Amino acid sequence: MVRSISILGGGGRDAVAEPVRRVDLKMGDVVSIVGPTGSGKTTLINDIELFANGNTPTGRRVLINGEVPPPEYRDDPCRHPIALITQHTTFLSDMAVWDFLHTHARVRRDAADDGRRTVERTLEFANQLTGEPIATGSRMTELSGGQTRALLIADATVICDTPIVLLDEVENAGIHRTRALELLREHRKIFIFVTHDPRIALLSDFRIVMQGGAMTGVLDTDEQERRLCHAVGRIDDMLGSLREHIRQGLRVSSAELEGIA
Amino acid sequence: MKLVICAGPATTGKTSVLRHVTRRLLSGGLRPAFLKIDVQFAEEDAQFSEEFGIPARKTYSGELCPDHCNVMVLGDALRWAHREGCDALLVETAGLCLRCSPYVDRGLGIVVLEATSGMNLPYKVGPMLSLSDVAVVTKIDRVSQAEREVFRAGIQDAAPSVRIREVNALHGIGIDPLWEHVLQAPEVCFDGNGEPERLMLRGNPPVGTCTICVGKREIGWQSHFGVVRPLEQQIFYRGE
Repeated sequence: MVRSISILGGGGRDAVAEPVRRVDLKMGDVVSIVGPTGSGKTTLINDIELFANGNTPTGRRVLINGEVPPPEYRDDPCRHPIALITQHTTFLSDMAVWDFLHTHARVRRDAADDGRRTVERTLEFANQLTGEPIATGSRMTELSGGQTRALLIADATVICDTPIVLLDEVENAGIHRTRALELLREHRKIFIFVTHDPRIALLSDFRIVMQGGAMTGVLDTDEQERRLCHAVGRIDDMLGSLREHIRQGLRVSSAELEGIA
Repeated sequence: MKLVICAGPATTGKTSVLRHVTRRLLSGGLRPAFLKIDVQFAEEDAQFSEEFGIPARKTYSGELCPDHCNVMVLGDALRWAHREGCDALLVETAGLCLRCSPYVDRGLGIVVLEATSGMNLPYKVGPMLSLSDVAVVTKIDRVSQAEREVFRAGIQDAAPSVRIREVNALHGIGIDPLWEHVLQAPEVCFDGNGEPERLMLRGNPPVGTCTICVGKREIGWQSHFGVVRPLEQQIFYRGE
């Protein structure tokens, strides 16, 4: 049972000890990693995924439940407690969606219901994140960028059901972000977002700040930010609906941004 | 002497894997020699010799199958590595027709497969996988978690006794457990004259002489004798 994951600070990019020496993430936490491009956000989640033990360029160490993770976590992807979805992760298999998910579901668990129900739940989940419902007969490689990302997240959450999910800049992928966060919150896991999105950052329990390859700070989302988050959400929704109208080929007016423009 | 025979389809990362194994062997105080067997082009020998300063050479199999060539030259290669004062011999070979495998009854047999090469690959590579000790899966960072798991399950299904090691060969991540397999594998012994002990291939070589090999061109198994195969006969070939 994974209860917590701890990141112990390493040498940083210039072999100077990074300012943050330890971050503990508990089950149920939603955490964002923020920082400019090139600040080391992706390297940090790679360290987590690899269970770095002083053997990656950063010198960081990652503990599960306060201890060095057992080798089985690395040896068997079915026991690996982390699912990583990056900006580059994609499906290469040209199997049909249903066949592939079914195969994966059978690999992951016993064939009690032959995995059918699990596949259905995965597709339901994915279809709530993407504007274009996924046809179960299409080949995995034919899915759009948004559908692919939605299915990767749904597969990691429902079929893999790993206790820890790492999501690297999912906001760029054309999925319904707020719905994703709501759905993910229903599953008790540790979610770590690498993000440039203020809404995701403010909906997190805390955020790890990266600078120059090092963890330089940890900010708990405070009361003021939580209140601000509602306003950010409203602006974000307005922009979202404006975007949707433009995508549909409609004309837009200042009424779309009521109270702002 | 440690012996590692590494097979796998082209461009899967065999050389990258062996490069990391070499680094670990050297840091553990062992001196490996490197032999590359390829059909008609290879430059890994020069890379290994320049990068690590170890004895390295190549041989072109030409019209021979690389695995056939391996059977021919492995004895010479062991003598050569022994004369060079090495503690280990790493052989990289490009298996081609998937009917046999280059592994012998001593040392470690490694097959390198890439996670990007399709979910059914484990079922297609035959004895190159099923007679190996360790299947190294490379390019794991390029595919979804789901495909990684399905690929691995395919290996376990096609070759239940083979250990699986997933690595990122580019960065050498996951190599440590592989290196431990190298250290634990049975060594090749040499007598006082520098002659290696008798080694045997693990699996059956493919059938080498048949009516087609001797020039009978007529289509249909009814026209042949000896090794015949009708369409209805299906086997899953594991090389034993």
